[in-house]
Amino acid sequence: MKNSRQQKRRLMTGNEAMAEAAVKAGCDFYAGYPITPQNEIIAYMAKAMKQCGRAFIQAESELAAINMVFGASSTGRRSMTSSSSPGISLKQEGISYLAGAELPAVIINVMRGGPGLGNIAPSQADYFQTTRGGGHGDYFTPALSPWSVEEAGELTVLAFDLADYYRNPVLVLADAVIGQMMEPVSLKFKKVFKKNLPKKDWALGCLKKKSPKVVKSFFLKEGLLELHNLKLEKKWEQIKKSEQRFSTYKVKDAEILIVAYGSQARMAKEAVDILRKQNINSGLFRPISLWPYPEKGLRKTAEKLKRLVVVEQSLGQMVDDVRLALPEKEVYFLGKTGGGVPSTLDIVKFVKKQI
Amino acid sequence: MKKKFSRPQSLKDVSTHYCSGCGHGILHRLVAEVVDELGLRDKIIGVAPVGCAVVAYDYWDFDVSEAAHGRALAVATGIKRCLPKNVVFTYQGDGDLASIGLAETVHAANRGENLTCIFVNNACYGMTGGQMAPTTVVGQRTATTPWGRDPGSGEGWPLHLSEMLKDLNGVTYIVRSSVSSPKQVVKTRQYIKKAFMNQISRKGFSLVEVLSSCPTIWQKSALESVKWIEEEMVKEFPLGVIKE
Repeated sequence: MKNSRQQKRRLMTGNEAMAEAAVKAGCDFYAGYPITPQNEIIAYMAKAMKQCGRAFIQAESELAAINMVFGASSTGRRSMTSSSSPGISLKQEGISYLAGAELPAVIINVMRGGPGLGNIAPSQADYFQTTRGGGHGDYFTPALSPWSVEEAGELTVLAFDLADYYRNPVLVLADAVIGQMMEPVSLKFKKVFKKNLPKKDWALGCLKKKSPKVVKSFFLKEGLLELHNLKLEKKWEQIKKSEQRFSTYKVKDAEILIVAYGSQARMAKEAVDILRKQNINSGLFRPISLWPYPEKGLRKTAEKLKRLVVVEQSLGQMVDDVRLALPEKEVYFLGKTGGGVPSTLDIVKFVKKQI
Repeated sequence: MKKKFSRPQSLKDVSTHYCSGCGHGILHRLVAEVVDELGLRDKIIGVAPVGCAVVAYDYWDFDVSEAAHGRALAVATGIKRCLPKNVVFTYQGDGDLASIGLAETVHAANRGENLTCIFVNNACYGMTGGQMAPTTVVGQRTATTPWGRDPGSGEGWPLHLSEMLKDLNGVTYIVRSSVSSPKQVVKTRQYIKKAFMNQISRKGFSLVEVLSSCPTIWQKSALESVKWIEEEMVKEFPLGVIKE
């Protein structure tokens, strides 16, 4: 017989957990287009959304999917799409439009190897694209990166709240390891961001006794776009101030800090334990929000340290943000590209070399 | 005396930015008249295109969303799936609907989205300075077909979007008219009304193609433009009901 604890937990992939979390977060509309390694999301949504009487569309392309989300979002409904790296590139135009029109939406990217068609192996090489905007124009999108299946669900729920609170698209940036691996999850996905989300009085579809609503990102008259973009900038500043998220592991007495996110942080955590057994006091700093980058937390954690090691499944992208946050520190980089993953032992070896 | 004619409630009391002789002014008004007549002002949602009609929301007095170039029917699909009781339409030009957004057009039609699409065909890209559109007729000079569109030199033939869509099961109603004469304007109004009524009675995808003039890009007077529609354009794009 199962005990109550077991009954509440289920074995799920990260992809399924993000899909289930979206349903739990009240996602009313999902549109997507198949691409590996996130196909479990679209399949899960096809079933779950229809069972809940909510809208699901398998779109004809990534372009159509993100623009369907634009339409759904403009009605004030919670909307989501998901894809993987090459598909996210296609969605970038739509993400820029969403940001320009201040529409909330959740976009999940389960990263794979690139550039181009690349491969379907794990990668973290969309960091620049994600944290620097990705589409055209002056805009930023908050980006959250989970390191476990449970957290993949939690951050998806948080992403919906952040999107609604700031009226901005929010990205959940998972890598293929997180998307594909299975872990027991609680299905609670409890972390609620803010209880009082603003009323969506800008949404289309109810003109009764009100003036017409327009959803747009187009400001042709001289000076108007500048004003609009400055308004967006104020919002970014607010997000930068309030939404920096990170976690740490054994940093109090650490002499060397490893910085990693997503599945790579799992390996870095294990490396910390191995290093400590060899009397090397290391610690882990894990950014959860990649934009805004948790620079305040990083500076505080690394205050007394001289050296840092950044590990990524790329040729070095987040390492730039670490160097920007800590210009006076020695920052070493270990990375693999093209679907390669620096292993725990790779990290141990690399850290030892820097000491 | 009873008032017989006035500005529709759904049309704002402002001047438009359109060139003289352009068909958008007439079409905006026709849409607004039909919205008023059917009492839809509080439940209609328009999707404006990229192109000359990009600021249609400055003229219509009801809810409107913008859409990226070509994606109006995807945006409309998202809106309609969330608000099935509202009446949703797109207003798109030939470049938008038949070129960059062809995939969205075909698939929204094929899914039988319960939407209304108003397709303004002026055989060129107006806003960007008059380049060749999929609907540019053979021999027509544009900025990118300076010697006239020549199918033999790789420029292709005019695309008959309405005829292309008619065999799709999801499509309920396709009709082609023009704004080149009072008679055609009246017909166009009836077609638009029918297309909206189809949506209200959940019949699926309706498209009204309207041949419209672009005197500035065609480098013709308003009157010459009207004549060009009636003498040249209709040869390539015959008017009438294509599917019902």
